[in-house]
Amino acid sequence: MTANTGSLRRIFLRWEWLLVGLISVVAFANSQLSPYFLDGSNLLRTTSDFMEIGIMMLPMVFVIVTGNIDLSVASTLGLSASLMGWLFMGGWDIWLAVGVTLVVSVLAGLLNGFLIAKLKLPSLAVTIGTLSFYRGLAYVLLGDQAARGYPEAFTFLGQGKLGGTGIPFSLVIFGVLAVIFGLVLHKTTFGRYLFAIGNNEQASRFSGVPVDRIKMIVFVLSSLMATLAGFILAARFGSTRPDIGSGLELTVITVTVLGGISIFGGSGTMTGAILALILVGILRFGMGLINMQGQVQDIVIGLLLILSILLPRFGKQLTARATWNSGIAFRLAGAMTVVLLFGIFFFWSRTLVLGH
Amino acid sequence: MIAEKTEVTNPPEHRMVQLVVKFRETGIIVFIVLLSVLVTLRNSAFLSTENFRDILLNISILIIVALAQTMVIITRGIDLSVGSMIGLTAMMVSYTVSAFPGMPIFLAIPLGMTLGAVLGSLNGLLIAVGGVPPIIATLGILSIYRGLVFFYSNGVWVNAYQFPPEFRELTKGTPLIVPNLILFAVAVIVGVYLFLKYTRAGRDIYTVGSNPDAARLAGIPVKQTIFRVYLISGLLCGLAGVLWASRFEAAQTNTALGFELQTIAAPVVGGVNIFGGSGSVLGVILGGFLLGIINNALTLVKISPFWQLAAQGFLILLAVVVDSFILGRLKRVSSRRKR
Amino acid sequence: MQNKRLSLLVVSLLLFGLLAACGDSTATTASVTTTTAAAAAATTAAAATTAAPAAAGGGKTFILVPKALGNPYFDTANKGAQEAAKELGVTVTYQGTATSDATQQIQLLNSLIAQKVGGLAISANDADALAPVGKAAMEQKIPVVSWDSTIAPAGRMVHINQANSEDIGRGQIQLISKLIGGKGKIAILSATSTAPNQNTWIGFMKEELKKPENSGLELVATVYGDDQDEKSYTEAQGLMKTYPDLKGIISPTTVGIAASARAVTDAKKIGQVMVTGLGTPNQMRNFVKSGAAPAFALWNPGDLGYLAIYTLNAISSGQIQGKAGETYKAGKLGSYTIDKDGVVLLGKPTVFDASNIDTFNF
Repeated sequence: MTANTGSLRRIFLRWEWLLVGLISVVAFANSQLSPYFLDGSNLLRTTSDFMEIGIMMLPMVFVIVTGNIDLSVASTLGLSASLMGWLFMGGWDIWLAVGVTLVVSVLAGLLNGFLIAKLKLPSLAVTIGTLSFYRGLAYVLLGDQAARGYPEAFTFLGQGKLGGTGIPFSLVIFGVLAVIFGLVLHKTTFGRYLFAIGNNEQASRFSGVPVDRIKMIVFVLSSLMATLAGFILAARFGSTRPDIGSGLELTVITVTVLGGISIFGGSGTMTGAILALILVGILRFGMGLINMQGQVQDIVIGLLLILSILLPRFGKQLTARATWNSGIAFRLAGAMTVVLLFGIFFFWSRTLVLGH
Repeated sequence: MIAEKTEVTNPPEHRMVQLVVKFRETGIIVFIVLLSVLVTLRNSAFLSTENFRDILLNISILIIVALAQTMVIITRGIDLSVGSMIGLTAMMVSYTVSAFPGMPIFLAIPLGMTLGAVLGSLNGLLIAVGGVPPIIATLGILSIYRGLVFFYSNGVWVNAYQFPPEFRELTKGTPLIVPNLILFAVAVIVGVYLFLKYTRAGRDIYTVGSNPDAARLAGIPVKQTIFRVYLISGLLCGLAGVLWASRFEAAQTNTALGFELQTIAAPVVGGVNIFGGSGSVLGVILGGFLLGIINNALTLVKISPFWQLAAQGFLILLAVVVDSFILGRLKRVSSRRKR
Repeated sequence: MQNKRLSLLVVSLLLFGLLAACGDSTATTASVTTTTAAAAAATTAAAATTAAPAAAGGGKTFILVPKALGNPYFDTANKGAQEAAKELGVTVTYQGTATSDATQQIQLLNSLIAQKVGGLAISANDADALAPVGKAAMEQKIPVVSWDSTIAPAGRMVHINQANSEDIGRGQIQLISKLIGGKGKIAILSATSTAPNQNTWIGFMKEELKKPENSGLELVATVYGDDQDEKSYTEAQGLMKTYPDLKGIISPTTVGIAASARAVTDAKKIGQVMVTGLGTPNQMRNFVKSGAAPAFALWNPGDLGYLAIYTLNAISSGQIQGKAGETYKAGKLGSYTIDKDGVVLLGKPTVFDASNIDTFNF
């Protein structure tokens, strides 16, 4: 995989530049398609829709760089927001509730970290387990209740604007955290260790990297950031229901991988991840402005995700000389026929019920 | 998903895996029996044939898809798109069936399976030929197919009263005493068992999963094998989609949304190794059965439905921890013996 | 070998993508049901795709936002809204999210606010969560009304209430009491456990149960089907098993009541377990006739959508400000007065049974 990434880089120079290019294209297309795109206040308002995802994405970069994955982030978000809301409804001071929730969040992260780092269990299996476990606990806590009535000092986290300007407070939080996480990843020993573990865990263990401890720290960070995102989302909503933020983990992982962080671990940059977040943000905003339905937008994001992995590989193959023979032509024709038939049936059968 | 160096399979290692599988299956059976006794003490309705039939009906579709998922997991892959494939085939078949109420209703089955196979083969192409990591490919496909459900239907559901009455009989009919839905599941179980055990292609799945490099050297068509499991996954999801629509007499845009979680939980609880290479049909059935019993039992002993998800999560965690514990024990024992 | 296969793959993928891309453009056209008044007939299907709704013709564009797309209940509301649009000479676009999810609904509303649409009529997935975005809309001079499911008062001008929540809740108990003869165990099968409407109604059901005349009724459980057919069905099945002597199921949601009636039918317990609640006539027709659900209630969702658009138009044209005591006319429905907290009441729910169900088609 490392060799692959190397040649990939040579073709596209750097993944980040490709993202910048895509962002410019999308921004240009948006401004042509909708007169409402290039409007500062619109753009700023829409950023707050993506801040929870962004905040969870930062530690996810760490997790994936070490060659692991954390599917439980959205559930941790839900558990945290629910616990805080539950305590608050029980008459606790909001900041005390926040404090206790942070402690529980560390424990939740430690559980993930312990099972993965100490017991050497696969992160995929563990975090699928905690995905249902933590979300389940959120339901157990709040059930059919909604926690609401948070004080303004708290809702400022999600709804506040920076004095007079239209800049959402959550954007500021994200900005500061992004810089910190970026510096840690690229400028510190800790960051270098993350890449080392992702490239070759065994070798880094032998060269004295405290692999287990670092993995634990990474999962605790992931949990803490998910909790912060939970606070911000609860503050933005002004209420908490136990299903809050369900399914966000898929978006977080999509954005991270789109940012060029290799799912096999060992490579990627924070800049790439942040650019991918911006790309997905303006793409969704633009598609919303031309009134494309949410799930149809998902088709575009899904295609983008797959093509981001596939096209660089294809580009590399193009540099090698293609050889054609009857066998390949036959298969190609077969595949095209199948796709065509499927497409025909698809469009024909939907008109049966919906009409033209 | 995560590339992991594998040791060359040797006989003791293989025996160990067998041992773990045996131990796990016995463990789940004991657990199921204990749970059943406890629940029956609280509510005797649990042991009725009627309740048993309902549990089986409720897990039939899960087991069909979990078996597909298992084959994918054995090759070290994962298929996150199963829920979307079920949703899309359920919708397409439902539209067709409700538009042609007079058509021979059994045709819905091959139609759904064909559509599913096409959907699954795209996963297969991306992963086996395109070299896209399974988790990424199927994550992307998950959104794409779910989006297509929406695009296809414009958000318009098919409701119970729009289906011809024969369509419900497809799963609910009882020409052979047992409801058809259960028979479909049994047929798939037998089919998958025979496929894995007695066909070359089926055994290749294990070989590819336990050591891809060795498999390649041994001349096993690795790419075809990987392509095939995703195709089969789509095929079975297509079948599941038809059964789903027939059983619940509805196709909604959110049909089977999030179902992938359960289809992964069943094999993991049933002792299928998430690193690939091992897993038995019996284990998956037991895993699915345990999940089904727990959901059923929670209702019967009047525990709040809000505990359901937490219990499922806890069970998955317990299963993976127990797995690693037993494997660690066995490794130590066998290395001591060697000395 | 590798490269040939790859090219094969990419070509087929591009083909697929092409199909999807063609799909996208038609999807946006088709999935947005636009009715333009005769006066503003200039709006073509193509214009609906590319031009933002606000740009359409001279008439105003209002957006009707359901809790989620797909539910026949909301589709019927849209039909009523389109009827109102035709009468008023405005454009109404029907836009919603795929699932009942507040996060997605907020994103959708943000993009609608950005387009400076003429007005928003929203069925809220979360009363509190939608309040800030409603406020933001009103700051941009976009009138906001909620219908079906309310936004907290700070986030909207008027709420169109389908029927008094108390009437709905208490009415359900009275219905089931009549069906099972005032005595026996009953259970509630709701939508999601977080649905604000259903939770309010259930609250009033429990109040009604405290009355002495209902002392024979025992509420044994409240379960949640999440407005998914399969989950609702399994939950109904579970209820009948856990409580073998269950007499009635109340399901105050259109998906749940149909699933419950089906579960009762499949368990061959028609007559033994009575189902009632809120449902649409088309979904329930067979069950009314078979006796699985002899009677149920609902208002006309079409009227609800109709009234929402008339209200929005009255606010937008400056006829009313959304203050308590103001009166306005709503076409065929007559005139309405705004109550305290900016609530407008549509009327009383209709009870459907074998005698009248065939006269309704929605």
